[in-house]
Amino acid sequence: MIDSKQFDVVVLGGGNAALCAAISAARQGAAVAVLEASPKFYRGGNTRHTRNMRCAHDTATETLTGPYGEEEFWEDLLKVTGGQTDEQLARYMISESKKMLTWISEQGVRFQPSLGGTLSLGRTNSFFLGGGRAMLNSLYRTAERLGVTIAYDAEAIDLDIEDGGFRSATILYAGKTKRVGARNLVAASGGFEANLEWMEEYWGPRARKFLVRGTPYNRGSVLRMLLDVGVAEVGDPTQCHAVAIDARAPKFDGGIITRLDCVVFGIVVNKEARRFYDEGEDIWPKRYAIWGRLVAGQPDQIAYIIFDASSIDLFMPSLYPAIEAQTIAELAGKLELDPTQLSKTLAEFNAAVRPGSFDHTKLDDCRTEGLDPPKTHWARRIERAPFYAYPVRPGITFTYLGTKVDRNARMVMRDGRPSKNMFAAGEIMAGNVLGRGYAAGIGMTIGSVFGRIAGREAAKNACN
Amino acid sequence: MHATKVLEEAGRLMTVCNSCRYCEGVCAVFPAMELRKSFTDGDLNYLANLCHNCGACYDDCQYSPPHEFDVNVPAALAAVRVESYAAAAWPSALSGMFHRNGLAISIAAALSVTVFVAGFVGLTDRHALFAKHSGPGAFYELLPHDAMAAIFCAAFLYAAVACALSAKRFVASFGALRRDMTDPVAHARATLASGSLRYLDGGGGGCADDGAHRVNLRKVFHHMTFYGFALCFLATAVATVYHYAFGREAPYAVDDLPVLLGTLGGIGLIVGPIGLLVAKRLRDPAVVSKASYGMDVAFIVMLLLTGATGMILLAARDTAAMGALLALHLGVVFGLMITMPYGKFIHGLFRYLALARYERERIVVANGAFSAVDDPPSAAATLGS
Repeated sequence: MIDSKQFDVVVLGGGNAALCAAISAARQGAAVAVLEASPKFYRGGNTRHTRNMRCAHDTATETLTGPYGEEEFWEDLLKVTGGQTDEQLARYMISESKKMLTWISEQGVRFQPSLGGTLSLGRTNSFFLGGGRAMLNSLYRTAERLGVTIAYDAEAIDLDIEDGGFRSATILYAGKTKRVGARNLVAASGGFEANLEWMEEYWGPRARKFLVRGTPYNRGSVLRMLLDVGVAEVGDPTQCHAVAIDARAPKFDGGIITRLDCVVFGIVVNKEARRFYDEGEDIWPKRYAIWGRLVAGQPDQIAYIIFDASSIDLFMPSLYPAIEAQTIAELAGKLELDPTQLSKTLAEFNAAVRPGSFDHTKLDDCRTEGLDPPKTHWARRIERAPFYAYPVRPGITFTYLGTKVDRNARMVMRDGRPSKNMFAAGEIMAGNVLGRGYAAGIGMTIGSVFGRIAGREAAKNACN
Repeated sequence: MHATKVLEEAGRLMTVCNSCRYCEGVCAVFPAMELRKSFTDGDLNYLANLCHNCGACYDDCQYSPPHEFDVNVPAALAAVRVESYAAAAWPSALSGMFHRNGLAISIAAALSVTVFVAGFVGLTDRHALFAKHSGPGAFYELLPHDAMAAIFCAAFLYAAVACALSAKRFVASFGALRRDMTDPVAHARATLASGSLRYLDGGGGGCADDGAHRVNLRKVFHHMTFYGFALCFLATAVATVYHYAFGREAPYAVDDLPVLLGTLGGIGLIVGPIGLLVAKRLRDPAVVSKASYGMDVAFIVMLLLTGATGMILLAARDTAAMGALLALHLGVVFGLMITMPYGKFIHGLFRYLALARYERERIVVANGAFSAVDDPPSAAATLGS
């Protein structure tokens, strides 16, 4: 049924942005097809692993503890991106985000108060009841009810685009190639973080050791095709958002439960059992987001967070148990580290720790003296058995390279002209507003806001 | 680490879920889980009995099969529940009833019906059994009232004692302190939660299977079954009062209170169980526990038979078939009663007790006295995740 029909709008992708676009176009009366490259279970790309979205709101609601104004949202975005954002577009997105809470609820998505362990986000972020996959299930049900044609295992392998105008997509579907014609294209197919060969172009062989936190289907093939036919690119192609995650996590799709947020409680050593960075540098945003990159810079792209019994109960549990030992030598053995060097590193660290009053909720006064690199906060001696360790590797969340768009989510060509009928939403164009860094839930905001706009504009375009 | 394979799997899943927590708003299981960092067998018994098997968390889960983490909480907890019923059974010698429970209940019910029919045939003269009886005392011409009362009183007392002792063992299994189980506010809240099946709704959207049609079939039919059962019980109680306090003998007129209550209850006990059986067939097989399937069906069918034989008896009580129908109905009811401690009936009791403990935990947490790792300051300061 997908090959015989000419659609008003064809959406490539199947996540939050794609579904918002499809629903919004269908609500305008357009005939819409969603082509999702993954099998049905894995539909939705990284949306499956999300849990909340950040929307501006003027008052507290049933599930949000207080107001989060447009200006504050903008300041947060400015802070995390260090100014690498398009202010006009970003401010427009933030103002549109206000309507999203209502709109997305109207599409059947339900919210709940912030989850245990995330109280700090209770004011700013709206959590999906049941998480990202529950949200997706609601959006898919709504899209189906609106008559949207949905195909799974339908990977776009070629795009017929001439002079900035989309004509059709060739897809691999049920083992055959099919051509799907449409008056408009919405590209909502994510970034290229699961394409480690592509990542290797920028990171070298190190990229092979990276773990991908989300979907294995974000291989960036649509992004590549669009850039190849002259769509303007945005965002640093060499950059990605990476955090340190449990090295025992699967190569792909480990999601939230492989995260580790205990760097501040101990020290981090590399394969040579040596420290390499200040574990107490900052609360936010560095502590979490910087460690992926730091570990990527170490030999074999692996590191070990080491702490003792005094910290084991201070952070959220994660999937894999900490590696436990009664002595440092035993721990070194389990981690296959040089025991002499590890003991030496710990002894030096312990000797450098100055007395202070430990408080992990703020930048406290527990620090080292005369140690290089120092630990500038939360430094406590690691001396109480049992000793624990987590092995960590860089876990890639998303990439920044994308297609340039205007405020109507319309793609912009390299010569500056707007595309006739091509739109983009979600991670594939996130770099327009999020040039670097990350703030929880902002990927979903970008997806929903621009998805809704892209669908609406594409549907409008189809009527002209 | 855990006593059985089933507990081992449940323990693995709770570790996965506790590091995700996306389902926290779906039901009581996940908030209760978050109060713990590791899970003893008793914890798992407790959590399993909080689960209503609505299936929402399975549909919502990004790690459910075919994902390699293979997370299927509803099925895993259902299996733990069956083990928890068997482990708490009193007397312990009868815990085997929970193994192939469908078969065990069928045999018990068949035996009970046979004994009643045979008893009626053997003890009453053939003429009386197939004669028409009507008016007050008609039933007792076949089985004297005192004998009937004695038989059912004994069965009821046995069931009540066995259930109570099982409940005691169950509570002991999760190590709850006396004060954890005697908080009247917690009991009031648990009564409301179980009476309204608050947690059989996937956090407000209905059971997972209902997503498409937006009607919570299982909740509606469970209410009909439960309240139907309650009305039938009430009808019997009113009739007992009539008998002893006012000297009025059954059968009663169709517009009399015991018959009205019994009729309403009987309809509930017919429509409800049929609906539950249909709803069960419509469910995603992935979330239906194979371990409890026979037990579920056996209990539902017993309730259906109770309702149906009662209603048929009411309809045909003025005919010559009354004697046989009375024997059948009494046989079914007796079978239902004596198997209550060894079948799915026990789920209601255990669920209620788990909910009472859950409500108590919530009260303690609200008072800030629970040493929970629910919001570690380490996470509180971050903006990213």
